[in-house]
Amino acid sequence: MSRTFSIGGIHPGDNKISANAAIENFPLMETAYISLSQHLGAPAEPVVAKGDKVKTGQLIAKANGFISANIHSSVSGTVTSIEPYPDLSGNLVPHIIIKVEGDEWLEGIDRSEDIVREISMDSKEIIGKIADAGVVGLGGAAFPTHIKLSPPPNKKAEFLMINGAECEPYLTSDYRVMLESTEQILIGTKIMMKALGVKKAYFGVEENKPAAIKKLKAVASKGYKEIKIVSLKKMYPQGGEKQLIDAILKRRVPSMGLPIDTGVVVHNVGTALAVYEAIQKNKPLIDGVVTVTGKCMTEQRNFRLRVGTSFDTIMYAIGGFPKDAVKLVNGGPMMGKAISKMEAASVKSTSALLLLTDKETRRGVEGNCIRCGKCVDVCPMGLEPYLLNRLSRANRLEDLEVNMVHDCIECGSCMYSCPANIPLLDTIRLTKTQVLRIIRSRPKK
Amino acid sequence: MKKLLVSPAPHIHGKESTRGLMRDVIIALAPSLLVSIYFFGFSAIKLAFVGAITCVLVEYAIQKYIIKAKPSVKDYSAALTGLLLALNLPPNSPWWIVFIGSLVAIGIAKMSFGGLGQNLFNPALVGRVFLLVSFPVIMTDWTTPASWFREGIDSSTGATALSIVKEGLSKGMSMDEIFAQNDFSYAQMLFSKIGGSVGEVSAFALLLGLVYLIVRKVIRPHIPLSILGSVAIFSGIFWLISPENYPDPVFTLLTGGILMGAIFMATDYVTSPMSSKGMVIYGVGIGIITVLIRFFGAYPEGISFAILIMNATVPLLNNYFKPERFGKEVKNG
Amino acid sequence: MTTTIIFTIVSLTLLGLVLALILYFVAQRFKVEEDPRIDDVEAILPGANCGGCGFAGCRAFAEGCVKAESLDALSCPVGGNEVMKSVASYLGMSVAEKAPQVAVVRCNGNCDTRDKTNHYDGYSSCAVMSTLYSGDTGCSYGCLGHGDCVVSCSFDAIHMDPRTGLPEVDQDKCTACGACVKACPKMIIELRNKGPKNRRIFVSCINKDKGGVARKACTVACIGCLKCQKVCPFEAITISNNLAYIDFNKCKLCRKCVTECPTHAIWEVNFPIRLPKPVESINVEQ
Repeated sequence: MSRTFSIGGIHPGDNKISANAAIENFPLMETAYISLSQHLGAPAEPVVAKGDKVKTGQLIAKANGFISANIHSSVSGTVTSIEPYPDLSGNLVPHIIIKVEGDEWLEGIDRSEDIVREISMDSKEIIGKIADAGVVGLGGAAFPTHIKLSPPPNKKAEFLMINGAECEPYLTSDYRVMLESTEQILIGTKIMMKALGVKKAYFGVEENKPAAIKKLKAVASKGYKEIKIVSLKKMYPQGGEKQLIDAILKRRVPSMGLPIDTGVVVHNVGTALAVYEAIQKNKPLIDGVVTVTGKCMTEQRNFRLRVGTSFDTIMYAIGGFPKDAVKLVNGGPMMGKAISKMEAASVKSTSALLLLTDKETRRGVEGNCIRCGKCVDVCPMGLEPYLLNRLSRANRLEDLEVNMVHDCIECGSCMYSCPANIPLLDTIRLTKTQVLRIIRSRPKK
Repeated sequence: MKKLLVSPAPHIHGKESTRGLMRDVIIALAPSLLVSIYFFGFSAIKLAFVGAITCVLVEYAIQKYIIKAKPSVKDYSAALTGLLLALNLPPNSPWWIVFIGSLVAIGIAKMSFGGLGQNLFNPALVGRVFLLVSFPVIMTDWTTPASWFREGIDSSTGATALSIVKEGLSKGMSMDEIFAQNDFSYAQMLFSKIGGSVGEVSAFALLLGLVYLIVRKVIRPHIPLSILGSVAIFSGIFWLISPENYPDPVFTLLTGGILMGAIFMATDYVTSPMSSKGMVIYGVGIGIITVLIRFFGAYPEGISFAILIMNATVPLLNNYFKPERFGKEVKNG
Repeated sequence: MTTTIIFTIVSLTLLGLVLALILYFVAQRFKVEEDPRIDDVEAILPGANCGGCGFAGCRAFAEGCVKAESLDALSCPVGGNEVMKSVASYLGMSVAEKAPQVAVVRCNGNCDTRDKTNHYDGYSSCAVMSTLYSGDTGCSYGCLGHGDCVVSCSFDAIHMDPRTGLPEVDQDKCTACGACVKACPKMIIELRNKGPKNRRIFVSCINKDKGGVARKACTVACIGCLKCQKVCPFEAITISNNLAYIDFNKCKLCRKCVTECPTHAIWEVNFPIRLPKPVESINVEQ
């Protein structure tokens, strides 16, 4: 019996055409462009300078402030410059640019395939080492993991939840990781459980990945019994953390709240693997599994990609930008970011590169809202997108707050379902930011 | 260097379109339309055709020449309004009745409010009620025109079952006497016709349309079921108290265009509520008002007026009956 | 019949009188004491309720004027000096004359000078586009062309020019209320002095990228070369972040910077057309 969330949801075709592409190492690039702002929070401060020689896994930038993360070099070579370079949005932000020379790793990093099962550190040491390794959330938000694993003293974590839903169409990187590094993920989960001090964890996987569920259950039964593998109904956005907690525990995160308010901490499957590698293998976060896929591609791929690989290098490696593709998306088709500059480079949270054809992605002409209510039916947060859109276009911020625009998780279900092709989310996103800023600036009671 | 396409997420879209939804409703109307062509022949074709064409032309003309915007008749919504209006008229209506009705429906009830999605009242019903009030004689002449498809079936002249019942009751006859006198039967009402508007012909055909709409996820069952349920219950209460003076709920449900209204008119997207709670209240309101007009009002059938009255309450319903919010509880501080 | 008419007239008249009396007493009882001058000042104001003065409508501005100790900080951009003088003389105060201002669009990157590098397919709004990414050209500071400024204007004074893709200000209709300045997410529009004979000079670019980058994206960009600053006799030009800026209070409209600028980034408005210098005789060699 698969569990699911209680309100809304859509069924886009899952298009998991890359599901059988085993993870392969992406060939080493010539130049690495490593952004200093790869995480939520303040950009990191460089600790290297032009001309320095660096090794793979070496610290090149330090976390700057409470919400920030360390950044390590994903390659070995010479730092050619620290200068503004286009980020995913095309804006010029500081990057450390390294000319790749060989592939010399920092001493101490265990590169063998052996699985290390023993966890010898205590909670505080684990969190410290995760922070040193620059691990950030790989579900898309890139929130520094060590902060999520240290809830404030008045909020106690009861459960850890691992998000293996991968509800976005086309994406299979998490699926491949679950198949190929099953035990490593479970060890990573166990490490995070120790860090949080919880006794039980839930591991949610959508039912369209039966092989992964089967393998996870098999491995978990042999020594990871405190991790319960839960099958989830195939529906978008099953992987939204609020929806995940609702599906598995039937607890709802309150408005303006965080998962810790329900006693749960949620982490992505990729993050669990990164934690395993950081703690058991002394390997900082310098690469990740990225699905490169699209209907216009002749071969679907899953790469282990180093951070800082430019998109044009990746396109070259797959045989050039596909003829029929018009859009390159960093992420999934529902919430990913469309790239405008091909010279921009991958970041820690890059988990997929999607090539979409004109037929799939070009927007239809906007028509009148016929008040069909489909957007209301599908909104997983119980909002009314048609109304939020109208109020946003009229800039009526007080009414927007009353109608809870700040609860929007920007999943895109409303826009996907609108028969009149109204760009609902485009305007709602703008006013949501404004209303959130206003709410957060109010003096606390 | 290829120019990439850039837009905010989401980057894909579902298969539904306004045009597709309107097309599905027209398909759901097809069984009723076909049955009515069988019974009324050319009249039904004439009414449906004139209705649809007039509505499309009026909308096109107003959009192009008066508002000076790009005409949007391709979305089939005007054609659908014309078809619905035609199906609500007596079969013997002259062509100019449906022509005037279409002018009012599109020109006044739809375009003057701002076009598709902006109207408060159901355009087809506004057209129908306008015609009912302005041309009462023609609109209550239920003479069945000849049809070359059927032979030897009695055409009922002049009155529908409903008007016969109403007249009989006002004369002091009891329900049993009326039924005996007129040889009514449920089978007739369900599968063929007793007398009524073009689209009312076969309840079965209408119900087929309802099933199609629900399966295709065009409408949700809340509005039709709450209307039919409340009509049945409310009229049933009166019938239980005094069966000689009130027709039974099955009769009430099968006559007077209630099925047509509940399935196709009240479920119009633009003029119905957006949340489940609102839809149920809307349906119950329509049901109660219909029964009141039927039993205590001057008109034999009340669903058109009931729907229009409840249309006026929809903005209020949308304001007060919001869907269940996921984050109901709000975190302080 | 006549009794009905008489009865109707009498009863309705009585009803009207009673209700009028009730209204009168209630109005007196719940009257809000307000300075009567506010009504008079409000009558002098143009009544556009545009918010350009910084107050919530003309009545609020009238209240602000009456309550203020000095009118120096208060100004109605729509009414201009005329209206402020009337308000000042009514209130028995003095007010300094302010130079009339106009909205100026500081970007000249049109279809010819600035190439598109990608194609935007989202909702047609500058605000949405600017929060999404760096824009569909090589210049991330330039005008996005979707007309948020046009929508914001209550005086019909700014329109998109379909040939250039840039907004154009109608200087006669513009009241310098500042709505378009706030609406532009790139902060391209500025309120500048209208100038004597409506003449003004400004740098039509706000690109802060290095000169080479800016010039590659747009042929009429300011490259921060400092030539204009060197040639200005009045020290009106400052350069910071690879961008020149002309202080309109110091500028004396000599136009030396306009001719000096190598990329033609500096614009002169409403000047007579400069005739080309006469060509000296050329020796044509066979």
